Amino acid sequence: MHIIVPIKQVPQTSDVQMDRQTGTMIRSSSASILNPLDLYAISAALELKDRYQARVSVITMGPANAVKVLKEAIAMGCDDAVHLTDRAFGGSDTWATSYILSLAVKKLGIPDLILAGERATDGDTAQVGPALASWLDLPAVTYVSKIETVDGDTLIAERLIEEGYQKVKTSLPALLTVVKEISSVRLPTLSGKKRAMASSIAVWDAQAIQADNRYIGLKGSPTKVVKIDVPKVSRNCILTKVEDDVSLKKGVDQLMAFLEEKDLLPKGGAHHG
Amino acid sequence: MAEVWTLSECSFHGLKDVSYELLARGRALADELGVLLGTVVLGHRIQGEDLQSLIEHGCDVVYVADDQSLANFTCESYANVLVPLIQEKGPQVMIAAATTAGRTLMPYVAVKVHAGLTADCTELAIEKDTKNLLQTRPAIGGNIMATIKSPDHRPQMSTIRPRSTKKPLPDAKRTGTVVRIASSPTWKNEQVQVLGLRSLEGQSASIEEADIVVSGGKGLKKRDNFSLIEDLAKAFDGEVGASRDAVDRGWAAYPHQVGLSGKTISPRLYVAVGISGAIQHLAGIKTAKCIVAINHDEHANILNLADFALVGDLFAILPEIQKRLQERSRV
Repeated sequence: MHIIVPIKQVPQTSDVQMDRQTGTMIRSSSASILNPLDLYAISAALELKDRYQARVSVITMGPANAVKVLKEAIAMGCDDAVHLTDRAFGGSDTWATSYILSLAVKKLGIPDLILAGERATDGDTAQVGPALASWLDLPAVTYVSKIETVDGDTLIAERLIEEGYQKVKTSLPALLTVVKEISSVRLPTLSGKKRAMASSIAVWDAQAIQADNRYIGLKGSPTKVVKIDVPKVSRNCILTKVEDDVSLKKGVDQLMAFLEEKDLLPKGGAHHG
Repeated sequence: MAEVWTLSECSFHGLKDVSYELLARGRALADELGVLLGTVVLGHRIQGEDLQSLIEHGCDVVYVADDQSLANFTCESYANVLVPLIQEKGPQVMIAAATTAGRTLMPYVAVKVHAGLTADCTELAIEKDTKNLLQTRPAIGGNIMATIKSPDHRPQMSTIRPRSTKKPLPDAKRTGTVVRIASSPTWKNEQVQVLGLRSLEGQSASIEEADIVVSGGKGLKKRDNFSLIEDLAKAFDGEVGASRDAVDRGWAAYPHQVGLSGKTISPRLYVAVGISGAIQHLAGIKTAKCIVAINHDEHANILNLADFALVGDLFAILPEIQKRLQERSRV
């Protein structure tokens, strides 16, 4: 069994504080990390590796320093990695990115399974996974919370959707996007770190994957960013301190009046809460 | 003139509310462009009254594909209907809901029809000179707003979060056309089969579709106390949410998790109890209409985003609110 996990390098947000005046993010540094939601895809792939002796490949598209997230994935237990890097890839939207990734997957050979994180924490679109499946004409099974069985060329999984957990059966090869619930995150091991240091990572540019330059980068992207605004904090918080019974009563009175004015209270008399 | 389209969604009980919300967005764009508003409904045993209802809520043309192979959403079979339909009719705009189905189908279709797609748009407008669609969306945890357009590709595709638009009022006098799409053997998808559904434990509806969400965090101190959140949610007629901390501690199940690694929601009212407001959590509630925070720490991050805050002991505050809501319901 061969599994490919596409991953992404994103800006670090965990230590970020909000600027109280402007409502913007104060970045502690320009550090970048492996997209936190990709950790679950990698861990799910490694669980399948344990169960079915799979080979797990990771691929990423990004600048030179994105190699760091590939090494991290190898340290966690992935077997090999491909780094897609080329100035011509810069500015790619989800359409162009999924095109580039699809060419890399084809060059690696269509695997049994592609496992992707639900979305990346920076762009937050959740579009690249299903789009990649579309380029490859593979089934797109999204929001997977559990992989029950893999039997030959059939996989049974549970998806977390609005109505509950939906059980689905898909033929393989297929692309799955996974949610956090699918696995607990594996930590890099010492031997994994050594292997990551020693491993040579394939570096492919646009020519290596024979990308059509009409479909890549800023020029090949259907969507164009017209402008970026930093939203101001529009919410003016009414703050009431509750310190004793008197201020408690007063504070809750104020809250109820506030909710009443905004028509946010349940209608009275309909039922007993 | 090329139409503006929305994608309507069905559940077991008929059309989802978000289908009507999308019509409100689509109607505004279609009026501005002076074109017809179409909607596409895919499913099985779709009721005639639902189609009529779409027209009453602002739609001019309803395209219906009703077939057993479409009873459950699977990306491939739905795409097999939608891709040829888009290619044939050539709508200029296609708006879908940012639901698990919409977020799966739209990127899949966008690749096939070579169109630009923008996720989670909060604003849609028409650019004066070019008549292009301007799509505004939050990015990087809601810390920036990006305005995006797809000048050279059609349709211009967007997804919109449920509850971010008000459902339009119906007009029984409105008329429109229903276009039935003849079933095709290509719709059937042999690759993916839906085997069953297990409902979420405890709560009936999902938090992404709730008007009111009451969420609890670390400040509740222990699992037993989380019932205070459940009681308050019930009193508000809302659903239970939870911070990542609360879910990791096992106080609530993962489907209730709000934030970057959980769900991004836009309820009319979000009540955050004992949640300090890590940036990942705030990213999940930026588009909530109204946020009430109940927290002991007046410097908690959540207060930056709240419209109303009660700062004090939540174990004193919650029972008092609960009492008031119960008194109201007895009126």
